Amino acid sequence: MKRYLPNPVNDLMKASYTGQLSRRDVMKRGGALGLSATMMGTILASHNAAAQDASPAAEQPAGWSVVMPADLPDLAGVEISAMLAADGPGAPFDQAVCDMFAEATGAVVNYLPGAESATERLTFLQQTMAAQSADVDVAQIDVIWPGIFAAHAVDLSDQVGEVEFFERIQENNTVDGALVGLPWFTDAGLLYYRTDLLEKYGFEGPPVTWQELTDMATTIQEGEVAANSAFTGFTFQGGAYEGLTCNALEWQFSNGGGSIIEPDGTVSMNNDQAKAALELAASWVGTISPEAVTGYMEEDARGIWQGGNCAFMRNWPYAYVLSAADDSVIAGNFDITQLPMGDGEGAAHAACLGGWQMFVSRYSENQDAAKAFAKYMVSPELQKARAIERSALPTIGSLYEDEDILAANPFFGDLFDVFESGSVARPSTPSADLYGEVSLEYFTAVNEIMTGAAEVDARVEDLAAALEDIMADV
Amino acid sequence: MEPDISAVEVRPATPRTSEKKRFSAWSGPKTAVGRQQERLGWLLVLPSLIVVFAVAIYPLFETFRLSFTNQRLASVREVRNVGWENYTSLFEDDLWWTAMRNTIIFTVSSVTIEAVLGMVVALTIHSAFRGRGLVRTSMLVPWAIPTVVSSLLWDWMLNDRYGVINSIFIRLGLMADDRNFSWITNRGTAMIAVVAIDVWKTTPFMALLILAGLQIIPGDVYEAAYVDGASKWQQFWQMTLPLVKPALLVALIFRTMDSFRVFDLIYVLKQGSTDTMTVAIYTYQLLIQSSRLGAGSAAAVFIFVCIGLMVFGYSRLITVEEN
Repeated sequence: MKRYLPNPVNDLMKASYTGQLSRRDVMKRGGALGLSATMMGTILASHNAAAQDASPAAEQPAGWSVVMPADLPDLAGVEISAMLAADGPGAPFDQAVCDMFAEATGAVVNYLPGAESATERLTFLQQTMAAQSADVDVAQIDVIWPGIFAAHAVDLSDQVGEVEFFERIQENNTVDGALVGLPWFTDAGLLYYRTDLLEKYGFEGPPVTWQELTDMATTIQEGEVAANSAFTGFTFQGGAYEGLTCNALEWQFSNGGGSIIEPDGTVSMNNDQAKAALELAASWVGTISPEAVTGYMEEDARGIWQGGNCAFMRNWPYAYVLSAADDSVIAGNFDITQLPMGDGEGAAHAACLGGWQMFVSRYSENQDAAKAFAKYMVSPELQKARAIERSALPTIGSLYEDEDILAANPFFGDLFDVFESGSVARPSTPSADLYGEVSLEYFTAVNEIMTGAAEVDARVEDLAAALEDIMADV
Repeated sequence: MEPDISAVEVRPATPRTSEKKRFSAWSGPKTAVGRQQERLGWLLVLPSLIVVFAVAIYPLFETFRLSFTNQRLASVREVRNVGWENYTSLFEDDLWWTAMRNTIIFTVSSVTIEAVLGMVVALTIHSAFRGRGLVRTSMLVPWAIPTVVSSLLWDWMLNDRYGVINSIFIRLGLMADDRNFSWITNRGTAMIAVVAIDVWKTTPFMALLILAGLQIIPGDVYEAAYVDGASKWQQFWQMTLPLVKPALLVALIFRTMDSFRVFDLIYVLKQGSTDTMTVAIYTYQLLIQSSRLGAGSAAAVFIFVCIGLMVFGYSRLITVEEN
């Protein structure tokens, strides 16, 4: 990997970005390095970007609201490579924080932008690790990957220190007692609801149980369809893909039906509470939800919601900023809360966890520097900056009370409870590298139940048997 | 009286038997110069042979080999030989047979409709009329659009809430105005919808290949038939169809193979939904979602065998045709 990103290019990018070189010099040096036209275009587009919006403080080279953590070690002469996501708008921030770490410690940090698709990044990292390559020292890993990378990870439990990460996330990232990834930023399923419609139909507040949601959605839909035939009660992600695993796990777990596979590896699928939860969800299709919901992904649900055509939506936090934007017809008329829960024994609120962790490779030749970098990235200081600059949800509880963060993202305040106690992790840690199979079996079965292609009892029984088979191989 | 038009039948040129025999008996050059030239010949085709080996034969062999192992994608698990286990578990999986049934329904219906429509379109644009150039060009537009784009386009048009198709049906009074009918997720119409999209997209391709076949039919055979008093209908069945058959068969081979491997069009619309799952989607899920390289390879080998048999069947048809 390193040879594709030689350091002179990184330096040139940095010099261009901070405006240290004129455009002409950038082009001259780029030409001397033999860079492709596309690469030059990228570098020139970034020219002087940092200098243009730089704040007066000289120690903040990129102008981000970053306060450097104390106790950074001296790493002069050490070189590490970090593979992070390559989402366009996030890249300058990631580049800047890498540079700041390099400046403070004297280490050389190669920022390797990974592929845009998470699946492709997973495949790339799996191959890199299977080859025991030292090309990647640090990487960002998805919340469902710790089981896959446990065999290649450095135990990071000694890097937690005083920081209090959310317990559920830290638990999710722990495989056989070793912390595979430091919780970096997170994500969770939320219930979006229309405050104006709840008021119009005389409801005091958002639903607490799924049955309440069903009743409220029915009432509101019956009232609204007269004026708007496209109106529907509730939208969520029902297509046969990973998103349905998240949604259905929430229904099942919140009804006391278990988390598909428990942390100790036992399958908890074929029980009355899980079946009841799936049965209720299947009854929504064609009643309070469109028939088409069995093909919906996140953006399909948001399309209906943001057009003002539904009363409730299950979605990730990203939809908040978009729904509240000036061009949104529902801006000011909605709010978010915890997802409802069931009414069976052991029912509790459950928001499926998403999010990213910092992982350090066992094959890294500079493990101490890599660990220090991972610790720096997840430090409260950096998480705060990321929350303000990138609206990323912190993995540390106290940051949800931070005034600066709340000023930038007012809705973060409501999310504390979700992460503190109301979340559920997908069974990726107990199923380790076979999680993909578990999820495939699960969402295929649930989708069949939702479309009416299969009947709940028989299908859940088959599913449980298939999951037992998979777990026998773990 | 029935006009006799057997006289106008045109046969494609076939090599004479003596030539064939001579060819098979030929065992290399006899002179030094000839041998040198033969070596040069081999040298010149060597790059192509290497490329064919690298991109076709080696991966095929590798897939075949993997199908007998429990190999996983980028995994550190121990790899061992599992014999026919991947194949037996494949054949025992109900979902595989559902996928196979869906694929056959999709292939047979889409290819049949495309062939009929393609023939109609080709005959239409083969005749001379004003604006023919414009029609020929615009006809190709669906074929020129990338499959993923046309899938998304139809996804929007068939959308239950905003889709233009439902709007039309509602305005015509053929559908209740509850905006609840979803062509793509309804189990009764999902397959019809994907077949319709495929027909929309690939009929131009079919028409183009048939048109090429039509254009090589010399005009004088029609003149002769006209003079002999054959009706248009007779001309089509007795002359046009037999003469265009080789081109039609080639088009059918392409389309059948393509349809049998259909992935992107359906995956974009339906992801892993089982009511339209094809063998290609099933294989993709085994290979990528489950990382089961061995089991996925077994499914891929089986698809390869099916397509091989189809091509064999078609080429027999062509050979029969030629003799």
